Amino acid sequence: MTDFSTPTIALLFVATLALAAFSVQRCAAIEGPRWAEPYMGTLTAALFGGWVLFFWEAGVAVFDVPRVLLPAPSAIAVSMWEHAATLGRDFVQTVLKAVLVGWLLGSGLGFAVGVAIDRLPFLQRGLLPVASLTSTIPLVAVAPIMVMWFGFEWPSKAAVVVLMTFFPTLVATLAGLQAAGRIERELMHSYAASYGRTLLDLRLPCAVPHIVSALKVNAALAMIGAIVAEFFGSPTVGLGFRISTEAAKMNLSLVWGAIVVAAVSGSAAYTLLVRLERRLAFWHPSVRRS
Amino acid sequence: MRNPGAAASTGPVLLVLGCVLLLWYAGAVGLNASGVIERVLADQPGWTTRDLVIATMTMERPVLPAPHQVAMDLYSSIVDWPLDSPRNLLFHTAVTAQSTLVGFVLGSVLGVLLAAAIVHSRTLDRALLPWIVASQTVPVLAIAPIVLVVLGSLGLSGVAPKAAIAMYLCFFPVTVAMVQGLRSPQRIETELMHTYAATKLQAFWLLRLPAALPFLFPSLRIAIAAGLVGAMVAELPTGAQAGLGARLLTGSYYGNTVGIWSALVLSALLGLTLTAAVAGLEKLVMRKRQHA
Repeated sequence: MTDFSTPTIALLFVATLALAAFSVQRCAAIEGPRWAEPYMGTLTAALFGGWVLFFWEAGVAVFDVPRVLLPAPSAIAVSMWEHAATLGRDFVQTVLKAVLVGWLLGSGLGFAVGVAIDRLPFLQRGLLPVASLTSTIPLVAVAPIMVMWFGFEWPSKAAVVVLMTFFPTLVATLAGLQAAGRIERELMHSYAASYGRTLLDLRLPCAVPHIVSALKVNAALAMIGAIVAEFFGSPTVGLGFRISTEAAKMNLSLVWGAIVVAAVSGSAAYTLLVRLERRLAFWHPSVRRS
Repeated sequence: MRNPGAAASTGPVLLVLGCVLLLWYAGAVGLNASGVIERVLADQPGWTTRDLVIATMTMERPVLPAPHQVAMDLYSSIVDWPLDSPRNLLFHTAVTAQSTLVGFVLGSVLGVLLAAAIVHSRTLDRALLPWIVASQTVPVLAIAPIVLVVLGSLGLSGVAPKAAIAMYLCFFPVTVAMVQGLRSPQRIETELMHTYAATKLQAFWLLRLPAALPFLFPSLRIAIAAGLVGAMVAELPTGAQAGLGARLLTGSYYGNTVGIWSALVLSALLGLTLTAAVAGLEKLVMRKRQHA
């Protein structure tokens, strides 16, 4: 392709790089009106991302990088378009079945157990340290065992996700239920509020920010769990299967395509959870400020 | 860990762990029963419940091995083979620990450097930080096969690609926590540095960095646990040569359940040890700071 050693191209490259750096810097320096502040940040980030994509595309073309090493963004987009049906089936298999079911079950169970042992301080003292310690353990390593027990289909992946999401939710629920202030609890007590009323009207609302942040962490964990579990054996469909087989076939543009699907699903789940948090914890200072 | 009721919770913790052990044994009997009846007890017609329970715990390839089977397998693999033999699980643990630690050190350094750059540059703060945060919602482990392919075709194999993946998982929590920590000094403190005519570098060393330490260490504990996961997953597509992740894969290929469980137990112990080491470092540094 183009001969890179020609000085014109080198000069052009340096000039574009300078332009990119300058434009991002100028964009970051703009002091917009107060209401526009968050949008200005997004704009800068989007501009930066756009330039990165541009240099990726240009760099691949100019340096003639082999497709096996790093496909250009356009090649990834084309590959995603061509294999849209395959990627769609992978999305349904991995995200809608394994991740969603596992995430709902694991987080729901963690929450339920957390509320259930709220009145049993003995069990709490026993479970909390054990549950916190599980965060230091690579739980995803149970994937081969789950595949052996539940077979190659999606239930085995969901089982890994359940195990990975259960403990963070449990820990967050227990911490969140302790988050209500003493004064507020005394107030409920002075109203002669029952245990259930206090739980429903004071302590659960106070626990929402803790629980939602656990749900956000879980969303990322669940994707990782499902994808890694598919490395240990799966039917011929699924994002993890696609990534591992296409990487072995050196068809990297489709691998990147599968990663784009996973990334977009992860980000979408995160955004939805942020929305949910705004709605449920509208009174919380961190939500109110923005 | 640092709460005053730590001593009071030993009893409950032991009870919970005891219950887990009991459930494990019950599960071993329950899950293995059908296989045992089919394979082991088929040729001895008059078997009793006692025979069944004993048989479920001494099975060759159980669905769920009993805890003592795993313990014995671990013990024999560690004692019966020399340390540099690939049959010794400690050899694989060392391989995994090595790539985890290399990745952890590189990732932490990268995280701190990135945070320092972000704190001092408004451009980077606005252009780069949102992408770093967004990268957390992406299942980063999915790129492991790509990193392996790319680094492999550049002629890098062995520790480097695994450490690169561990590093990628490590740097994120460190960067986010350090940005928060480096910004934590109060305005009055930065003003004081200003009246001393301290340079930016001096302000960084004397004020910002010490103030960021309480943020750094919890993030390091998260980072090393994440790095271990990264290193183990990175071992999967390499053809399962060495490392705990590779042991998991070979175990799942050959249906060697006891082997999988031994690797699982060792990886849990490795995770606990690494986190405890970081926590120990934290205690050491923070205690020195209080004396100074």
